[in-house]
Amino acid sequence: MSEAVISVRDLRMRYGTRDVLDGVELDVRRGEVIALLGPNGAGKTTTIEILEGFRSRSGGEVSVLGVDPMVAGEEWRAGVGIVLQSWRDHGRWTVRALLDHLGRYYLPYSTPERRRPREVDELLATVGLADHADKRIAKLSGGERRRLDVAIGIVGRPELLFLDEPTAGFDPEARRDFHDIVHALVDLEDTTILLTTHNLDEAEKLADRILILSGGRIVADGSAAQLAREVAGKTEVRWTRDGERFVHATDDATAFVRELFAQYDDGIAELEVRATTLEDTYMAMVRRHEDHDLTPTRGRPAAPRTDATRQEVQR
Amino acid sequence: MNPRTHAIRVGIARGWTEAKLSLRAPDDIAFYLLWGIGVLAFLFVNRGMEVEGTTLSFPTLAMPGVLGAMVIFGGVVGPAFALVLEREDGTLLRAKAAPHGMAGYVAGQATLQTLGVIPMLAVLLVPSAFLFDGLMHRGALGWLAVAGFLALGLVASIPIGMIIGSIARKPSHVSTWGLLPVVGLAFVSGIFAPLSGLWGWVQGLAQVFPMYWLGVGMRWAFLPDEAGALELGGQWRVLEAVGVLGAWAVVGLVLAPIVLRRMARRESGSAVESRMHERMQRVG
Repeated sequence: MSEAVISVRDLRMRYGTRDVLDGVELDVRRGEVIALLGPNGAGKTTTIEILEGFRSRSGGEVSVLGVDPMVAGEEWRAGVGIVLQSWRDHGRWTVRALLDHLGRYYLPYSTPERRRPREVDELLATVGLADHADKRIAKLSGGERRRLDVAIGIVGRPELLFLDEPTAGFDPEARRDFHDIVHALVDLEDTTILLTTHNLDEAEKLADRILILSGGRIVADGSAAQLAREVAGKTEVRWTRDGERFVHATDDATAFVRELFAQYDDGIAELEVRATTLEDTYMAMVRRHEDHDLTPTRGRPAAPRTDATRQEVQR
Repeated sequence: MNPRTHAIRVGIARGWTEAKLSLRAPDDIAFYLLWGIGVLAFLFVNRGMEVEGTTLSFPTLAMPGVLGAMVIFGGVVGPAFALVLEREDGTLLRAKAAPHGMAGYVAGQATLQTLGVIPMLAVLLVPSAFLFDGLMHRGALGWLAVAGFLALGLVASIPIGMIIGSIARKPSHVSTWGLLPVVGLAFVSGIFAPLSGLWGWVQGLAQVFPMYWLGVGMRWAFLPDEAGALELGGQWRVLEAVGVLGAWAVVGLVLAPIVLRRMARRESGSAVESRMHERMQRVG
């Protein structure tokens, strides 16, 4: 197991009488990409701000890059990159001038392994802003501003990067570009990344591990596939036979399909095998947790599938 | 390379960049011009008035105090508004996310506000050289004293501005606790008329604050020795002026870092976010 970059034990945060974080446990190793998911108000932002050293906690132990962020100094800060939400700051500055300026703060922390800051032109090309280098920031579009936010987050070549909803407002192309940047950071520079997102597809694409935060606790921790197995453990197989439609949930889709063909051979058409999506898993996890909290259950039960093959009503 | 010293140098460069950007921004240019035209028009209209008991014209006598008041005004109100607005728009958090970024930010603000005084001086002094005669009665040494007092005035006022900007939670607080008191002081600090015309307690109050004393220092630097007779006590109190301004500078320089640090500690992404919502409700 490689070096722990983030280690959190029994993290608690209380506002007045409300426990926003109620014993969060969290470990992140070097080079991992972690997605933190959870409904609004689950404490994602609070958790990330505590790890960033921007917020003090009520209790528990936190170590980020080997130091407690509450007492960490400016040298620690140089190793941490933060992609902030876009605001209206520095509207008069040009893209190049701001990156150059903010990058300079990192100069004393340059090492042979991690040259700081990143070269501005190279950085502009990485985030796709090369054509806008001399544009005033106030004139950038929403998506361009977001790219600039990412550029500012990585200008100091951080060992650990925090991204709070990085692709909110991105079009599909910008989103794909951003995913390429993340992969390059991890592959080429061994950057550790913790991101929050509402986009489950993105979490699945980017993250080695997904953590689901609900009710102030981590209720799930694993790869998308692991989480899916944990919740339902089932893959859905659909087919038609003699014009009739069937659906079956199984742990072992391969074996089931093989048997299906052995039994009916030519009669099978429109075969479809659908693994549980992260969205199914996420909804199930969050709902299951809410049930634990004895809040009234709304809507469907957590795992709607049954083992039995049902014949669907033909339309 | 000491990282903190390095960051302060980065911050000074930041202030220089911002000052240049300001000179290209139509809003800021309009502010400088309107200010300059307003004050000059007022002085010009009253140029024929000779102040009682002297041979000095009103513009000659008033200009040093106006320059002093302007520096105190810019030094207090400038950073106060900048801090509260840049906390709202996320500028401060960007600084906080960089190593020693807050030190750099503060150095940048101090630089920007200091440089910001130059165009304000220019819009008054350059036309004055043509409009009024004999502003400076002490020659080169006088100008040196002017520069010295202006610098002292900035050191006394910028930390106060930063403290107000750190404590204020929204721009309207700065108007109440920064702008109004400073404008009020301008009326009771003997800038346009000798202080001796006002009630005793007002005279006493004015003498607590740097605006009056910077006025004294500036008048001493510009005016002939005889004009000292117009001052409170009938003579120049230059050492007292340096002392009071110096005391404010020391208090400000001691308190400002503490207040700034406390303010910066509270800054986070969600803090900026919630203020933005608050602001949108105020506006919308």
